[in-house]
Amino acid sequence: MRRALQMRVALGFVAAIAAVIVTASWNHGPVRAADGPDANTTENYASPLEVLLSPDGARLYVLCQQSEEIRVLNAANYAVIKKIAVGRVPRGFSLSPDGKRIIVTNSWDDTISVIDTGKLAVIATWAVGAEPSSVVEDRAGKRLFVANRVSNDVAVLDAETGAEEKRLLAGRGVSYLAISPDGGRIYATHIYPNPPAVRTGLENRTAPESEITVIDAARAVVTERIPLHSIAGVFHLAFSNDGRLGVAAQYHPKNLVPLAHLEHGGAFAYTLTVFGADVGGTVEVPLDELERYAAMPFGVAISPDKSRIYVTCGGSEMVTVIDVPRMLRFVRNHPGPLVHDLSVSSNYVIARIAVGHNPRGVALSRDGSKLFVANRLDDTISVIDTRMNRVAKTIKLDGPAGISVTRLGEQTFYTARYSFQGQIGCASCHIDSTLDGVTWDLEPDGFGRDIVDNRILEDIKDTEPYKWNGGNPDIPTECGPRTEKYFWRSETYDNLTLADLAVYIRNLPPRPNRWRQADGELSPAQERGKVIFERDVDKFKKPIAEYNRCSYCHSGPKGTSQKSFDVGTRKLTDNSGLLDTPQLTNIALTAPYLHDGSAQTLEEIWTVFNPDDKHGRTNDLTKDELNDLIEYLRTR
Amino acid sequence: MKNLTCFTLFVAAIFMAVTATAATPEMPQFRFENFTTANGLPDNHVYSVLVDGDRIWAGTDNGLAVYENHAWKSYTTKDGLAHRAILTLALDKRTGDVWAGTMGGLSRISGGRIDSYTQLNSGLSNDVVYGVAVEGENVWVATAAGGCKLNIRTGQWALYNERNTPMNEIWVYSVSATPSKVYYGVWGSGVLEYDQKTGRWDKYDDPDGENEMVLFKDQGLIHEIVTSVSYVDNILWAATYFGDSRYDGRYWHNFLTKDSGLPSNFTNCVKGVDAQRAWFGTDKGLAFYDGVNWAVYRSSVTDGKPEMTVRDAEGKITPVTVTTAPAHNYVLGIDFQGNDIWVATAKGLSHGIRQ
Repeated sequence: MRRALQMRVALGFVAAIAAVIVTASWNHGPVRAADGPDANTTENYASPLEVLLSPDGARLYVLCQQSEEIRVLNAANYAVIKKIAVGRVPRGFSLSPDGKRIIVTNSWDDTISVIDTGKLAVIATWAVGAEPSSVVEDRAGKRLFVANRVSNDVAVLDAETGAEEKRLLAGRGVSYLAISPDGGRIYATHIYPNPPAVRTGLENRTAPESEITVIDAARAVVTERIPLHSIAGVFHLAFSNDGRLGVAAQYHPKNLVPLAHLEHGGAFAYTLTVFGADVGGTVEVPLDELERYAAMPFGVAISPDKSRIYVTCGGSEMVTVIDVPRMLRFVRNHPGPLVHDLSVSSNYVIARIAVGHNPRGVALSRDGSKLFVANRLDDTISVIDTRMNRVAKTIKLDGPAGISVTRLGEQTFYTARYSFQGQIGCASCHIDSTLDGVTWDLEPDGFGRDIVDNRILEDIKDTEPYKWNGGNPDIPTECGPRTEKYFWRSETYDNLTLADLAVYIRNLPPRPNRWRQADGELSPAQERGKVIFERDVDKFKKPIAEYNRCSYCHSGPKGTSQKSFDVGTRKLTDNSGLLDTPQLTNIALTAPYLHDGSAQTLEEIWTVFNPDDKHGRTNDLTKDELNDLIEYLRTR
Repeated sequence: MKNLTCFTLFVAAIFMAVTATAATPEMPQFRFENFTTANGLPDNHVYSVLVDGDRIWAGTDNGLAVYENHAWKSYTTKDGLAHRAILTLALDKRTGDVWAGTMGGLSRISGGRIDSYTQLNSGLSNDVVYGVAVEGENVWVATAAGGCKLNIRTGQWALYNERNTPMNEIWVYSVSATPSKVYYGVWGSGVLEYDQKTGRWDKYDDPDGENEMVLFKDQGLIHEIVTSVSYVDNILWAATYFGDSRYDGRYWHNFLTKDSGLPSNFTNCVKGVDAQRAWFGTDKGLAFYDGVNWAVYRSSVTDGKPEMTVRDAEGKITPVTVTTAPAHNYVLGIDFQGNDIWVATAKGLSHGIRQ
């Protein structure tokens, strides 16, 4: 039984009431989680996401995402030295080469905090791009490189002043950076696949493409993009001390075949890309084994002697340990694709170490004897004895004594334990509770039928029904038996677990909208677009039918009337043209568009897929007017 | 007497030689190395050329080619280019990204990855992109349906056309952008000036109107059909199919074949070096103006042999012996690489190596 059940005792009564309310609401309209006893407004879990060791190994720095602070621990006895408040939803941090500064990316207020490690205080806060997620400083201490997830670029900043010099185009959703040991190159990975380069008409049925962006640190220009075929979701990178081996953790979705089974890796492979001189190129190496998966790999570290690679697997709640010489030997002796062979990992995976809920960032001690693992969803740090490959200690971080319904729901969301052989979890496709930028062919609609784009989850409260065909009246239906049958193909949730999950999903807040002006006013172009959005006559003074106005179907505060319409986008493979009206929350971030992901951009919704004006009256608009409409939509 | 006559003739010859030498201005001389499909270009019709340090980009009728380490590599629509015909190129010097205007949209080449913007998938006003310029985080675009500005930081597009600028025609051929001023050359609508500080537009027209005769010399733009603009050191150089112009913010100066060293009034492109010097690409050869004198580089229009001529301030034309010429007299694009020059022509790309 999961450990969470034991922790429930303290708040069991509260959770049970919330669950009863949720469960009772299945057939009686929307769930009102916030009205229940678990309002989730006072939770202040630490949610450790990343860990760092000071150069002398004396301090352990822990990035606590939910409590929005950096905690400084004595690395010998793990006593808390200081808690340093930073910005909203910090996501990444790094030490300056001299260890005198920690730079933290605050992903929700688009800033970075500069912490003086002597004073243990924030000494500067600098504005950066949209949703900064990772940061590294060059060896010379002249420049900072910041990965901006929403603006899809790496900002180059003056390391002393924070002044932005320029931005470099990176992969979509760029989120993780690493610097090569010689300091010559910065490597960047991204969590959403890049848009298809070539227009074929079948963009929504092509394998996802990602990249590792290679930046020359001295010149601050992109010099190379290492292609990652069939990959959507790339996370941390690490390098061996000699710089000859690089490794990146990633997801390999199998979205081009119907999601009809999980056997033999039917939905996902979880893999590493290994590259560098030791490999002689780029090789995708599977982490999974025949009946057990290394779901949602995230953090990676290579031991100082290059004998081991450690990979946190957030969905499998474990750390996978790889014997590097054996892996390299195997790779050299077995050229060709390895990713579909679940037997190969036994040639180099030597241990799988169970840790806490949703393990994420890792840090190795300088001598490689200890591996620190941030278990995000139970507020602990696992200290792994790397000689024994076992958890030697679990550091409990300060935080709420009990566990809330929302936290339980989040644990359910991020674990793969409920699916057959632990292959997938909600977060496999909803990366960081968002989306994956991939279209899928789900079984219930028929093989090859109803190709669907993955919809975003944030702010979905009160936007039911769910599913593109509007077939699921509420979240418990969406996430309950249907998910268990068609996705997990395994153990069913108990009602409490499902209720926890529903509460978590219903309370997912929207990220800040980056297209709105700071003063809340609309720009002139956005204002013109709003007029078009709300108009009821076209440019020829002809009335626009109610059902053909933007503001009718996309009404209400979240931009959905919660009704279904046929907007003329039905494809030959679709069972019906009647589609649920999606909410508009942060629509600028949710490409591709339309129910089947066939529109790669917002523009294509109307320039390509609205020939008969069924998706709103738009064909009377000039190009600049359509641009204005899109500028307004981006503010939603 | 005979000796005196000989001496006089000798002195006169020396004087003439000295004065003739002194009167021939020192103009740059080049040895042209030409590239065609025979040595790696994807197509001989080269619309545009861009120098990027040691790399040379060539926009051809059949793809984008880059010359590096003595070898050409080509990109096509299969690599993601918006169209095979690459009309214009611009370099973002900060990031190293190359922007290519094509007959089917605007493409960004960044670290080997190509992203394309079209009128269907983006806010680009039209797929036929004649001009592109990078200024800070803005990419300014000249299209067959107006001008555009893409802010690469925000992804926002601004469109400029007859509805929000004094643009009579929307066939925009060229753009030159700096942090202070942006100039659009419009086919049939003169030159548009955008003041980045005030956000105001201004318009420069031919004072003769649509009259092909030049009634008002040096009193304005030489003609409404503007093919190319280049704004350097606060000086606007403008090329048209009927002569060229220089504007210093107050005074105009017009250049015509009849009173300058231009080999032809039909000018495809102009590229200013600084406030005084500029290069012109015409249908009858490549021309250089140093503020006083002119030099023309081409194959002779009579016998096809390489020729270079220099025209001084008095209009005296002096031939210079050369053995090479640009690949073709129909010049479409120009860029500089130190003292060297690269020239895009209708039948090949030329590297002018300074002698």
